[in-house]
Amino acid sequence: MAIASSPSAAPVTPVASAPRLAPALPVAQHAPARRWWTVRGGIPSQAYAALALIGLVLPLLAWWLATAVGGADAVFLPSPGQVWHRTVDWWVEADLAGDILVSIGRVVGGFLLSAVIALPLGLMIGTFRVVQALLEPLTDFVRYMPAVAFIPLVMLWVGIDESSKVAIIFIGTFFQMVLMVAEDVRRVPLAQIEAAQTMGATRTELVEKVVFPSAAPALMDTLRVTMGWAWTYLVVAELVAANSGLGYAILKAQRFLQTDKIFAGIILIGLIGLVTDQLFRLAHRKAFPWLYLKG
Amino acid sequence: MIASPKIEASHLFKRFDGAAHDALQDVSLQIQPNEFVTFVGASGCGKSTLLRTIGGLEQHTGGTLQVDGQAVHGPGPERAMVFQHYSLYPWMSVRENIKFCRQLKVHTQDRSSADVEAAAGRADALLRLMGLGHVADAWPNQLSGGMQQRVAIARALMSRPEILLMDEPFGALDAQTREVMHDLILHVHRLEKATIVFVTHDVEEAIYLGQRIVLMAPRPGRIDTIYDVPLPAQRTQDMKHAPEFLQLKREILDRIRETSGMKTDLDLLEQLSRTAEA
Repeated sequence: MAIASSPSAAPVTPVASAPRLAPALPVAQHAPARRWWTVRGGIPSQAYAALALIGLVLPLLAWWLATAVGGADAVFLPSPGQVWHRTVDWWVEADLAGDILVSIGRVVGGFLLSAVIALPLGLMIGTFRVVQALLEPLTDFVRYMPAVAFIPLVMLWVGIDESSKVAIIFIGTFFQMVLMVAEDVRRVPLAQIEAAQTMGATRTELVEKVVFPSAAPALMDTLRVTMGWAWTYLVVAELVAANSGLGYAILKAQRFLQTDKIFAGIILIGLIGLVTDQLFRLAHRKAFPWLYLKG
Repeated sequence: MIASPKIEASHLFKRFDGAAHDALQDVSLQIQPNEFVTFVGASGCGKSTLLRTIGGLEQHTGGTLQVDGQAVHGPGPERAMVFQHYSLYPWMSVRENIKFCRQLKVHTQDRSSADVEAAAGRADALLRLMGLGHVADAWPNQLSGGMQQRVAIARALMSRPEILLMDEPFGALDAQTREVMHDLILHVHRLEKATIVFVTHDVEEAIYLGQRIVLMAPRPGRIDTIYDVPLPAQRTQDMKHAPEFLQLKREILDRIRETSGMKTDLDLLEQLSRTAEA
């Protein structure tokens, strides 16, 4: 490899490239705009960080301008300052920490329950055609049903205590999760499975030692994505006879037209989601180091 | 040879569900112990299907298939297979990949401590044989395509299979890497005394490696001709320029062209260009 590429690599060595750099520079100077728009092209990491920051700060700035300069009515659009004060009040006078913990508990509860059932079930659907034929069309059918519409049934069957909130979040995430897990499992390269078969692996060994570990990185990504969906069902879940939680607080604020509190609740949910997502990504890096090799 | 054949297919048929032609039609073939046989042919001729059927990964729909006199029902550890790519386990190091079969019950029933030690020695020996010693602890995706295939071969050899089935294992490699792999696999064949069945679309590769070449033809998939390779058992790269090598290569290439249906396509092209001229 090194021998083959050396003739073509020769002009790029520092000495030889010096005269070539001069004509190349002007191109490089007005090229970035075009270079940045290369399909699937890369951009410098500092530029990426800067753009990400701009993307986050710009809407905040627009929001602030709309309230400070545009003079928007606080009922329709409270200012960032008002939302901040409301959040602090919420923390000091009401039980924000408690609301956050209760909501996290419900989301994680519904999510874990969903994962505990969806992982083995999806693994079976993705591995055995028989199970796929039996369960996939059914799952496809149920996942189109709106989770909100299940509230009366959940109240009837599960009651109105804590488990009803968990049940709504479960319904919202489970069916999507099963199908995504099944798809992850189906993406395991056949050659990996067949190689183990020709080494004498039994069916159980194939699933345990090849299919599951091979699908694991994709499965963790699926969990990360569905965790986000679980959060989106929080407000719906807390429609059911709740008296605490972020979703409940948002709903109550709606009754009193406390727009700033609605904003605070929504932003808090977004932030918790962002942190969870980053934690998942970090765990992914730690668990599957071979996917993040440099060079 | 009077010895009983290692692999014996007689009047073997295979048709995939809903297919218009037999993937394998009346295939009869005997492969002797320690033989190196290569399958070539135009695409769709069933060479991979035949190999996969011997490996037990496909079920034949007619005829009989025996390995060591026993009918084949599904894959087994005595018939290890090497695939073109994507068969390594990316979550394991190179050494763990090679020792993968040690995780399976078939290979670890009644194992003694001496056995475990022997296995560790075998893994090290294979790492050295394949020139992988320096990457034993690397992840597979850190290796070049050629190195990955060495790992796949070492992994298949780990349990000392009597038969090694290779499905275009070097098909994705560049020409130089391929030459190195050819000499390596011939070396492995001499050393391990395994029976090797090797599928390729590269006629030169088929001649250089094989003691016999099975040429297959498509639609329906069948054996067309079986050639004995008139070269000494010990192959060297310069044999590729020997007249008998070139003669056989030309003969096989011509036969593949005749059986592939390529001729009709060329006629059509000629006809079209004539119409365009007019």
